[in-house]
Amino acid sequence: MTAPIISVQRVSKTFGRGAGMTHALEDVSLETQPEEFVSIIGPSGCGKSTLLRIVGDLVEPSAGTVAVKGKSPHQARLDRDYGIVFQTPVLYEWRTVLRNVELPLEIMGRPRAEWDGRAEAMLQMVGLKAFQQHYPWQLSGGMQQRVAIARALVFNPSILLMDEPFGALDEMTRERMNLELMNIWSQTSATVLFITHSIPEAVFLSSRVMVMSPRPGRIERTIMIDLPRPRTAQTRLVPRFFELVTAVREGLREDPAVAAGHDFVEEPV
Amino acid sequence: MATVGAVEPGHRGRTMVQEYLPAVVVFITAIALWEAFVFVFKIQFYLLPAPHVIIQTFRGQAPIIIEAGLYTFHEALVGYGVGCGLGVLAAMAASRAPGFADLVLPYAIASASVPIIALAPVAIVWFGIDQGSKIAIVTLMTFFPMFISTLRGLLSVPPQSLELMRSYAASDGQVFLKLRLPASLPYMFNALKVGTTLAMIGAVVSEYFGGRFKSLGVYIVSNASLIRTREAWSGILVACALSLTFYLVVVLVERLVMPWHTSTRKA
Repeated sequence: MTAPIISVQRVSKTFGRGAGMTHALEDVSLETQPEEFVSIIGPSGCGKSTLLRIVGDLVEPSAGTVAVKGKSPHQARLDRDYGIVFQTPVLYEWRTVLRNVELPLEIMGRPRAEWDGRAEAMLQMVGLKAFQQHYPWQLSGGMQQRVAIARALVFNPSILLMDEPFGALDEMTRERMNLELMNIWSQTSATVLFITHSIPEAVFLSSRVMVMSPRPGRIERTIMIDLPRPRTAQTRLVPRFFELVTAVREGLREDPAVAAGHDFVEEPV
Repeated sequence: MATVGAVEPGHRGRTMVQEYLPAVVVFITAIALWEAFVFVFKIQFYLLPAPHVIIQTFRGQAPIIIEAGLYTFHEALVGYGVGCGLGVLAAMAASRAPGFADLVLPYAIASASVPIIALAPVAIVWFGIDQGSKIAIVTLMTFFPMFISTLRGLLSVPPQSLELMRSYAASDGQVFLKLRLPASLPYMFNALKVGTTLAMIGAVVSEYFGGRFKSLGVYIVSNASLIRTREAWSGILVACALSLTFYLVVVLVERLVMPWHTSTRKA
């Protein structure tokens, strides 16, 4: 095994104090290998987004240690190791699609001469080159999220953090976005930490799926996804895909809190 | 949610004629009703002159009224520039210290409900009878709305937009220039638009308390006090025209600066 890209050791996170205190995460550990695609799945409110935000240095852990490429998350952020995609596209409405994708290059002081070329190549990759002069409001939700992915990858970050990026999309759009993400990811060398509450999505995309339980959030089990790559539309039809979907679903169900019927809605396969 | 189709940028739901025709119709109807009202009820001209009489009077008095109008507009413009400029600078400073902003914001908001124009006679004592006192009043009247709006804009940036900047390890200056400032432009333009009207009110009404004869306020008030209402009304007409033009110019600038904004785009 090579040195892990992301190493989370016994991390806990609490919000608030006294009676109002909530345990968002308890004793969570995980490691990701280079160029691995790891999904964290769990019901709403299980703390999976908090885990991603701790890795991305947007939130401090209450206990435990996180190392990213052998550094602190803070140093990794300063070194511009992270590309982040949120649940909403978070595009700047005063910038055209092209200028939105160029934003990180501007901030990071890359030479102006390379902005257009790099951003256009990224938009080509997500299939939106024809829309580069449009404003965000002129695009549909799925297209906006593709712009956000292009923006996250334009500066070649070694780590891509995706926080339920397709959670707001309808099932059909989501499946198409999953296919496109696989296609895009195969052209990069980024390690992906992907948060989702969709079982088929997690199975389709990942090399490993980590199942989280809610309140306090902890990782219950890890399921290796041994589906061959490249993953295509056909991948969703093979028996092994259904076996793995079932395995993840069982993993979620075995959790006592979920079995007791705590607000977990199953995704239709 | 549609994914394949995008809104065509060139597609405008309404044409220019469809957009502006209702407003033009309302305007012409109102003038016609005014004419008819004066004619049918035989209203004496010193109570309410008919529109065509006001236009006639304006033609006869045009050189003096236009000179007075430009003099007053100059006061409004300078006061507006200084007031709005200081408002933006003060908001930028206050946004750097949110504690300070919380401290002064209630007073700034309260100032919006204070009739600043009531200070006009005192301003004459402080800054003299000429343009200085008028500019001071206009500055004061436009400063607070600009300060409040800009500060709100600077402080109401969505948290995720800030997190995005944080993930890029952006400097404070970059966050300001590339996020906070453009995000607060719609707030600033709201205050800039309100400010045009406040500036004209401030300048004209300040002049009611005294000033050069060839200024719009003095022209209106001196003619009105002599029951020369046709002259007074033609002065009011010019004040309205200047105020409206001022407002429309700012709206035009807004459209040029923010073609992306909801208030500007037509889908």
